[in-house]
Formats: sequence, structure tokens, C-alpha cells
Amino acid sequence: MIGLLLAIVLTACIAPVWTHSWRLPRALLALVPATGFLYCLNWWPAVASGNPVLQTLSWMPSIGLSLSFYIDGLSLLFLLLVTGIGSFIILYASSYLKGHQDEGRFFLWLFLFMASMLGLVASDNLLALFVFWELTSFTSYMLIGFNHESEKSRKLALQGLFITVGGGLLLMTGFIMLGSLTGTYQLSEIVQISISEQSHFINAMLVFILLGAFTKSAQFPFHFWLPNAMAAPTPVSAFLHSATMVKAGVFIMARLHPTLSEQSVWSTAQLWAGAATMLLGAWLAYMATDLKKVLAYSTVMALGTLTLLLGIGSEYALIGFVSYLLAHSLYKASLFMLAGGVDHSTGTKDLLQLQGLRATMPVTFGLIIVGALSLAGLPPLFGFIGKELLLEAGLGVDGWLIVVIVVAATLVVGVALTLIVKPFLGQPVTLPRPPHELPPAMLAGPVVLLTLSVLFGLAPALAEQGLVHAAVQSIAVSEQAVKLKLWHGVNTALLLSLLSLAAGAVLAFWWLRSRRVAQQLAKWSDRIGPESFYFRLMDSIAAFATWQTGAIQNGRLGIYMIVLLLATLAPVAWVLFDSVGFPGWTFELIPTVYECAMVTLMLLATAYAVRTRSRFASIISLGAMGFSVALLFVHFSAPDLGITQVLVETLTVLLLVIVLIRVPGFARFSSNAERLRDAAVALFAGFVLSWVVLAALPVQWAPTISEYFIANSYELGKGRNIVNVILVDFRALDTLGEIFVLAIAALGVYSMMKLRKGADHGKA
Amino acid sequence: MAKPKNISADSLILRTATLIVLPVQLVFSLFLLLRGHDQPGGGFIGGLVASGAFALYLYAYGVYALKQLLRVSPKDLLAIGLLLGLVATIPSVLVDQAFFTAQWWEISLGDNLIKLSTVLVFDIGVYLTVIGTLVTMFTAVAEAQLEES
Repeated sequence: MIGLLLAIVLTACIAPVWTHSWRLPRALLALVPATGFLYCLNWWPAVASGNPVLQTLSWMPSIGLSLSFYIDGLSLLFLLLVTGIGSFIILYASSYLKGHQDEGRFFLWLFLFMASMLGLVASDNLLALFVFWELTSFTSYMLIGFNHESEKSRKLALQGLFITVGGGLLLMTGFIMLGSLTGTYQLSEIVQISISEQSHFINAMLVFILLGAFTKSAQFPFHFWLPNAMAAPTPVSAFLHSATMVKAGVFIMARLHPTLSEQSVWSTAQLWAGAATMLLGAWLAYMATDLKKVLAYSTVMALGTLTLLLGIGSEYALIGFVSYLLAHSLYKASLFMLAGGVDHSTGTKDLLQLQGLRATMPVTFGLIIVGALSLAGLPPLFGFIGKELLLEAGLGVDGWLIVVIVVAATLVVGVALTLIVKPFLGQPVTLPRPPHELPPAMLAGPVVLLTLSVLFGLAPALAEQGLVHAAVQSIAVSEQAVKLKLWHGVNTALLLSLLSLAAGAVLAFWWLRSRRVAQQLAKWSDRIGPESFYFRLMDSIAAFATWQTGAIQNGRLGIYMIVLLLATLAPVAWVLFDSVGFPGWTFELIPTVYECAMVTLMLLATAYAVRTRSRFASIISLGAMGFSVALLFVHFSAPDLGITQVLVETLTVLLLVIVLIRVPGFARFSSNAERLRDAAVALFAGFVLSWVVLAALPVQWAPTISEYFIANSYELGKGRNIVNVILVDFRALDTLGEIFVLAIAALGVYSMMKLRKGADHGKA
Repeated sequence: MAKPKNISADSLILRTATLIVLPVQLVFSLFLLLRGHDQPGGGFIGGLVASGAFALYLYAYGVYALKQLLRVSPKDLLAIGLLLGLVATIPSVLVDQAFFTAQWWEISLGDNLIKLSTVLVFDIGVYLTVIGTLVTMFTAVAEAQLEES
């Protein structure tokens, strides 16, 4: 598994060179995921016979993070879908993007996405799964925003990122709670546990995980990012938003089904969100007129259906879940590829414009018929089996649910028939580009995937024996007998199916006439829908940031200092006042002559620095103050500190002199009241710090670490200068961090000086 | 075109003194660096002393003269210093010990025993980073001053 991931990441890295420098055929890149597909098939016999594959590679054992892979039926199904569909997508993209200047970048991100998706579905460790989860969000962001010159595309990509990553944060919280509840982060162990007790902790965890999954899988009310993500080039939409990324949320729900399905919060939330999303998705799909948007909304509908099936959780529902998932991946990826092809060929994806393509694009037409009929759920296609099982499962629950399912199914049938009728039948019209048939590279994917759709429909045993059976076993709590059949005999489900077909045909007939109403409704829902809430939220965050920056960072250094000092020290003061109290004098308070002299020197220097009108004099007196501190260090036998202090002080003075040499003398900008305020803050800060030092002195939790250092400095560190041994050996990692901080500070100064606005004549 | 005004003291005494002090100070900084493990000193202090020397030169001769004297960009010193710091972490991993464990190699050279170690490499890294940081800051500020005048 790790080899497969590495191979794909490696391909991603060489893809830009492959396309730009070597100019080799892009289509060959598709061989990598195709090989991966065959590689995954290797696991089939083991997995199908009920023996999941487990591979482990220790990564960060201290926090229980290992790179381990757990491949059972569900994982394998996804692995095969991702690599299989991925191969065709790459092939398709090689033709779709031919000659695009950023082809290399596209393949780079597409392969990286593929690798993260494979990692996600095969991961055994919850934390590793989460890392891959975030990677899919990130890589898909790069893909959705691929046309980065368009502002709209950037904005919509960001929207997808915010929503999925926001959900990801919640998901992580949920995972950590789950890990602490079950005592393990290994999925292979978690799926063996079923949590049945109730508590607020568990409910909170369920909500977090569900929100993570819902945002990723575009469940209501987060459904709006998915159609917006259609800003991406078609191969991306076909791959990410039909077969892979958006199914990640559904995947994680299915994955945790054995563990959490006893929880009523879990299944009830899935039931409601799933039903709402299914209905809304189907309705919006019928309302939309943009070819890709129609498909995107029908994907939302499918994701809702899958969530709903998990929520029902009965035997039929789980078998239905897997069948529906497989069916949907097959036809939706094909439909997206074909729709993108139509767009590519004619220059428009507006259903109102497209008409009469039957003669010019006959193969595409034929394929769309198959795909759309599978979408509509017509026998003998595999989509029909998925729909039958959905209706069967729905009949097992309340009456309202079956109504919702039938209404949604009707709308989908309407959409599917419209997809066939509107663009292809009727008189040919003038389109932005004269239509032509798609090249073989773009047709290969739909042909193979739809053939599978038909094949699985005619002989469901083919799908059932290998994939569906094993996948159902990994979701279900107990052993399930899986038997897929095309013909169930005349029963309620079949009658309802027929009803939806008939009503759907009527809807398709009305499609053109209902457009005016649809556009009116769309405007209305833009104003009050969840998406408008998202935009308002984003705007108010930006407004808050502007206000806050203006208030705290107004460009006056004095204010910065006050904010910093008060924000840091006020909480400290509170703790000191509230729980520590004044510690009293814990040491001899009889200073020597030296000490008195040094303190006097420091006080004089400070007083002079405050009073003087000359910048120069104030810098120098601050320096004098620093040197007195160095004297103190030497007096208390800390030569290293003393030397360092002297040197740092010297260099600080030098630096200040350079900076301030040409600034005019102190002018008095602040009023007396402001000066009083500053003095008060300064005194407060000094007071609190002194208090902290006094309070810290008598505290002795453990034997001081200095004794260890003194004892071991020569033994282990081979040095007699303890300070240095600590710096470069015992605590070397800290020092390493510190020198990086130094470097960053230097670069900060450098860029402030060199890269300022207007300093363009500076040499970088 | 008028010659840009340099931050330099235009003082013959300072310039002459700098020529004598600079090499001594640099050698002293190396001395501090190398003896640091047993007596007061070390990479950090050594680096500060060397930076002080360069700052003195900057005051006496100006920023361009300092850049010519250095030959390498102070930013490169910074990078090399950080790199050495990172390199010092690697040997311990190669001999399968905990990350960053100090490795020692003792070489006899005549009667003297020379102790070489990753610690020394690390300390040199610190030394260079400190010089790089301070000299970068000094030159950046001084150059900005020049450009404004």
C-alpha cells in the first residue's frame, strides 16, 4: 500500500516535467493508476473471503501515530473506484486539457489528490486518516481553484476549503474523543467495538464526527459548496465531486457504522440530514439549467441518499448503500465526463441553449442515454438495483420517508430524461462552437464504466460476489446474507419505482416551461439560503479583523507596547493576587557595598534615560543600565552570562545608533495624561515582574535540574563549561530552535528594510 | 552624482584603530568559540564578538566596504549556520541513537588529544548564525539609511 502511495506521489512530482520538458504523451500517465488498480485487485481474494489486509509502519509511536493500512471490503471498493475511475480521468484530462499552459500543474495536483484519497480510504489509524482527509481538502482546493486567474474560481475554491477544513477541525476533535473513549486509534480495533452506552461526552463526539462528515459530503445545510466547486475543470469535477472526495464523508460514516450505529443520535441525524439533502438535491437539480450544475446537484441528491441509507441501517439499507454507491460512481463519473465533453465541443453547458446534438455527437448521445437511465434507475441498469433497494429500505421505516424518497426519485427521473432530450433531440441550432464528436480518449472512460453499469445490472452476481458482499460485511455489525437480483417480482417497491418513472416523465415534459419559475426561485433562495449566511459570516469576520487591527495596531509603537504588556502581565498579576499572595523576603536583605553601588548606577541610568531630551543620550544610558546588569552577573559568578550581556548590550547600542542616528531629537507628542498613563503601565509591569521573581524563588517542586547538569556535564557532555554544555548538548534542540528564531528575526529586519513600498531601488 | 553619504565616522583614529582591532577581535572570537566547551565562551559569545568586530568596521568604513570585506552575503552565513546546526543532528540517527545525541571522535595529534564532535559542528553553526543574523541586520539598516539620504 505504501508503495502504491509513493508511486503515485512520485508520478505527481514528475508529471510537470513529463508534460513540459519531455513532452511525452500525457495519456501514458494513466498507466500509473491503472497499474494501481491491478495491484489492488491482488487483495480481492483475501478480502472477499473475509480476511482484511493489515499493514503497519510505525511513524510517531510516542503519540500512537502509525502509518498502518487496513484493507477490508469497504476500503477495497473505494480503492478500486479511485484507481479505476482515476485512470480514465487522467486519460480524459490528457485530451481535455491538451495544450493548456498549466497542464503540468494540473496533473501534479490531480495525482497528489489521488494519493491522499487512497491514503484516506486505506488508513487504519484515525490520526493518519485525518491527515489524509485534510490533504484531500487541500489538494482539491488547488484543483477547484485551478483557473486561478478568475476571481470567481478562487473565491469558490476558498469556499470549499473553508467548509471542508472547518468540518475537518470538528472531525479531528471527534476522532480524538473516539480514540480516548475506545482506548485505541486503530480502526481495525475500533470496528470490533460497539458503543451502546449513552453520555453527553458520546453525544458531543457524535455531533463532531457527523459535522465533519456532513461538510465533506455536502449534506444540508452545507450542500452549496459542491455545485460551486464546479468552477474546476471537468476532469476534476468528474473525479472529485462524483466518485471520490465528496464520498469521503460517506466513507467515514460507513466506516464507523459498526461502532456507532447503536447510538440514536448518530442514526437519527443521518436519517434527517440524508432525507433533507436527498430531497433538496433532487429539487435543485431539476431547477438548474447549467449542465454541470444539474449533475452536481444530482450528486448532492445521491450523497443524501447514501447518508439516509446509513441512517436507516437495516439489512436492505446497507446492501442498498453499497450498491447505490457503486452504481452512482459508475454513472456519475461517466455523465460528468460526457457533459464536460459537450461543453468542450460546443462551447456552452447551458441546457437552454443546447439542442439537436444527436446527429453531430451520436456516440456521446448513446452513452448519455445509458448513463442517464442508470441515474433514473431503469432496468436493466445497475442504478435500478440501487433504487429498488432504496425503496425497499424506505418501506421499512415511517410512511413519511417513503413519500420523500418517491418525490426525490421522481425529480431525478425528470432530470435524467431532460439530460437526454434537451441537448440532443430537436433541431440543430447555432452554438458558440460547431459541435463535433469527442475523441476516443474522452470516450474511453464512459464506455468502460457504463458497460460495467449494464453488466452489473444484467448479472448482479458479478458485483455481489466480489465487492458488494465484502463491503457490506465491513459495514454491518453482524454477518449479512447478500443477494442482489434484478427482478424481485411485482412488489410495492417496483410499483413505486414505476410511479416515479411515470411522474418523472411528466416533469421532464414540463422542464422547459418551468424555467421562468425556476429562475425566480433561484434568486429568492440566493437571498435567504445557507450560502448567503456563509457570505455574511465571511464578511463579518473580515469586518471584525479590520476593526480589531485598527484598534490594537494603529501604528503607534507606544500603544503596541501597552497592549503587549497589559495583555501578558494582567493575567499573571491576577493569578499572583488571587492565589499566590506576597511571598515575603526569603533571603538575607543586607546588600554589600558593590551591590548598592550597582543598583545606584542602574537607577541613575534609568532616571537619565527617562528625563533626557536627546535620543543619543537615552540610548547610551540604557546601555549603561545593561552593562550594570552584566556587572551583577559577574558579581554573582556567572561569567558566561556576563560576557553575553556585555556583548549583546554593545551590539544593541550600536544597532540603535544606526537606526536612530538621523531621527531628530525627542519631540513631545504626548500629552501629560498620556505620559502618566505610560508611567503607570511601566511601573505596573516592573512591579508584576518583580513579584513573579520573588514568588518563584522559594518554590521548589523537584530537585533542581542544575545539580544533574553539574554532575553530568563532564561525564556525558565532555565539557567543563556547564552553560555551554547545556546550550550545545543537553538542550541542543532548544538552541537549534533559537537559532532559527534568530534567522527569522534577521530576515524580518531585512525584508522590512529592503522590501518596503517605495524602496524598489534596493537590491534584494 | 554625489557620492552617497555613508554611515562612517570619518575619523582617522577610528579607522586606523579598526584595522588593528578587527583581526585581533576575529581571532579572539574563534578562540572563544573553540574553548567554549570547557571555559567561558562558545558559539553564541564568539559570534557576538565577531559581529562586534564587523559592526566596528561598518562604523569606520561604511557598509559597502564591509560587504567587500565579507565577500559572502551575510544571509548566506545565516543559511550555512542553520545548515550546520541541522547537519549536527544527523550522525546520531546514522548510528541508531536518539536524535541529536552528541557523537565524539578523539584524534591524537602528537601529544595532544583533539576532541572532535557533532557538538563542535553545532557550535560552529550557532557561531555563523549569530554573525549572519547581526550582520544582516546591520547592513540592511545601514543600506536603508543610505538609500534614503
